[in-house]
Amino acid sequence: MSAFEPSATPAIGPHAQCHVCNLVVAVPEGAAEGLACPRCRTGLHRRKPNSLSRTWALLITASICYVPANLYPVMEVTTLGRTQADTILSGVIYLAVNGTWPLALIVFVASVVVPVLKILALGYLAFSVQSRSQWRPRDRARLYRIVEQVGRWSMVDVYVVTILVALVHLGSLANVEARVGGFYFGAVVVLTMLAAESFDPRLIWDQLNPVANRSAEGAGGDGDGG
Amino acid sequence: MSLVGCHHCDAVVVEPDVPDGGSAICRRCGGTLFRRQRATVEITLALTTAAAILFVVANAYPFLSFEMQGQTTRTTLASGAFALWDGGRYAVAGLVLGTTVLAPALQIGLMLYVLAPIHFHLPAPFAIEAFRIVERCRPWSMMEVFLIGIFVAVVKLSDMADIVPGIALWAFGLLIPILAGGAAFLDAELVWREIGDLE
Repeated sequence: MSAFEPSATPAIGPHAQCHVCNLVVAVPEGAAEGLACPRCRTGLHRRKPNSLSRTWALLITASICYVPANLYPVMEVTTLGRTQADTILSGVIYLAVNGTWPLALIVFVASVVVPVLKILALGYLAFSVQSRSQWRPRDRARLYRIVEQVGRWSMVDVYVVTILVALVHLGSLANVEARVGGFYFGAVVVLTMLAAESFDPRLIWDQLNPVANRSAEGAGGDGDGG
Repeated sequence: MSLVGCHHCDAVVVEPDVPDGGSAICRRCGGTLFRRQRATVEITLALTTAAAILFVVANAYPFLSFEMQGQTTRTTLASGAFALWDGGRYAVAGLVLGTTVLAPALQIGLMLYVLAPIHFHLPAPFAIEAFRIVERCRPWSMMEVFLIGIFVAVVKLSDMADIVPGIALWAFGLLIPILAGGAAFLDAELVWREIGDLE
């Protein structure tokens, strides 16, 4: 597979790009709200509405849920009458000691590291936009794409609990029951995914010397944005 | 002259001429503008049909059996969510059912509904809405994550009891690369244009 770099930025005036089907629609400045995309009929916005406040609200809620998600057990395992509560972290430790190393690492990264990094990365991106940062926009754009891709893998632990609960219900012989930690953990995953979806990466580029950027576009010059 | 926009940074460029199988990369932000796949409807239709069959198999049969002292339990995709529901974990049950059964079913079903009429030149009412839902629920379809979950669960249970993989697990293992292939060969821009031509 080869990559081709478009070579010219055409002269284009105010426009809105549909965030579902990517159609570029010419609309007067500030007039996009309330219009529908002519191709897929989604509401048109120049930028995602209230992107930053929504991102922050979801991130703060996610960080609050992260605490009980790790403190409370996600499941309770009974074997031969002995009951033991398992948190996310104790599940990882169990895998490292009794299971296989690579699997323990995958679960540790997916369940413990990724949610924290995701919250920090999105918080940083939102902060950088608010403080009109011009620092390495390309890398920040890449950071956003990584965050967007990687978040779903945190669901692994929720699925593990589901499978164990479904398989192991033999009374006092062997039994697994879901506990409240799983709820908070699922909430963290969903909330951070929604936060990533709410953040509009185009905001990163809006802060970038907007005047020069617009005139460059108007002159049909390059789109490197200063 | 057709314009395409970068949905990562909002740069707008004249649509570059990209050979089959190539990608256009945004010069400003490095994101993928689009991936050109001329036979996209035929390839993704074939892959999605295969995925639909495997999805039915993956759901109809248990993917794991658990044997301990003569007692056996089995689990299918949906029964895991139902077990959580019975235990009073309604929200988590809904999340699991939504991400492993409903979202993938919606995606596969609506994809067929959109692609088959394009291929056979038939009218398809609400194709626009259908493809919009396909694009929207993509991040919420998490079968490949569930597969990793199965592996972790097997390792956790292996010293406790006998774990027997079921037919659904093999269907599952085939389904994941086929779904990934379907996503890789999808040229959404071309599909949107074809839907527009049908209207």
